[in-house]
Amino acid sequence: MKTPLSSILLVVFGSFIGSFGAVFLKIGSTKLRQGLHNILSLPMAAGVGMYLFSTVFFIAGLRNGELSVLYPLVSLGYIWTLLWSNLFFKEPLTRYKFLGLFLILVGVSFIGMGNR
Amino acid sequence: MSTSVSPLHRTLTRGESIALVVGCTFIGAAAQILMKIGAGKIPNVSGAAILANPLVILTDLPLMGGLSCYGVFTLLLIFALRDGELSVIYPVIALTYVWVTFLSIVIFHETMNPLKACGVIVIVLGVAILGRNRAR
Repeated sequence: MKTPLSSILLVVFGSFIGSFGAVFLKIGSTKLRQGLHNILSLPMAAGVGMYLFSTVFFIAGLRNGELSVLYPLVSLGYIWTLLWSNLFFKEPLTRYKFLGLFLILVGVSFIGMGNR
Repeated sequence: MSTSVSPLHRTLTRGESIALVVGCTFIGAAAQILMKIGAGKIPNVSGAAILANPLVILTDLPLMGGLSCYGVFTLLLIFALRDGELSVIYPVIALTYVWVTFLSIVIFHETMNPLKACGVIVIVLGVAILGRNRAR
C-alpha cells in the first residue's frame, strides 16, 4: 500500500476534530435568533477553530498517499457527526440517514478512486 | 405566515435549511477551485517560504477569494444548522465533491471517467435520500 499509516491517522484525526467543529457551530447557532450579535460567541469561535485545526491535519495527511484511500476517510466525519447529532441533540437515527450516509461514503470513495 | 419577520430571525423550514446548505456547497466548490488556482500561483509553495513572507498570500487574489468564499460558506452553514438537523445538513456538504468534479473538468481539463461518474451519481442519490428523511 502506498498510503503511509501516518497519513491515514492524520486524516482520521482531522475528520474527528472537524465533526466537533460542526457540533460547536450548531450549539452556537441556537442563540442567533435572540440577536445576530450572537454570531460572535465562544461556541462559534470553538467551531470555526476546530474546522481550521482539522484542515491542518487534512493538508498534512493528504500530501502523501492515495486519494482513493484518504478521501473516504475524510468523509468519516459524517459518521462521527451522525453519532454526535444523536448523542448531543437527540436527533433520531433513521434508515434514511444510514442509507443516505452509506451512499455518500461509497460515492466519495468512487471519486477518490477515479482521481488516482 | 408573517412576512415582516426576516429569514434571519424566523425559523427556517426543513426545505429552506437544506436549500441553504446546497447553496453552501456551490460556494464551497468555488472556494476549492479558487484556492487551487491561487496555490498554483505561489511560486514557492514550501511552508518555510510562506512563513518567511506571509504577505505573499495576501497578494494572491484567487487564494484570498477562496478564503473569503469559505467565510461566506461558514456563515450560511451556521444558519442552515440553526434550524436543520445536524445529521441531515452536514452530510449534504458532500455535494461539494460533485461540483468540484465537474468544475475541474471544465477549468483544469481533468478527464471524466466511469469511477468519477458513478461517484457523482451515488453521492447525489445519497443526498436525495437523506433529504427525503422525514422522521421527527
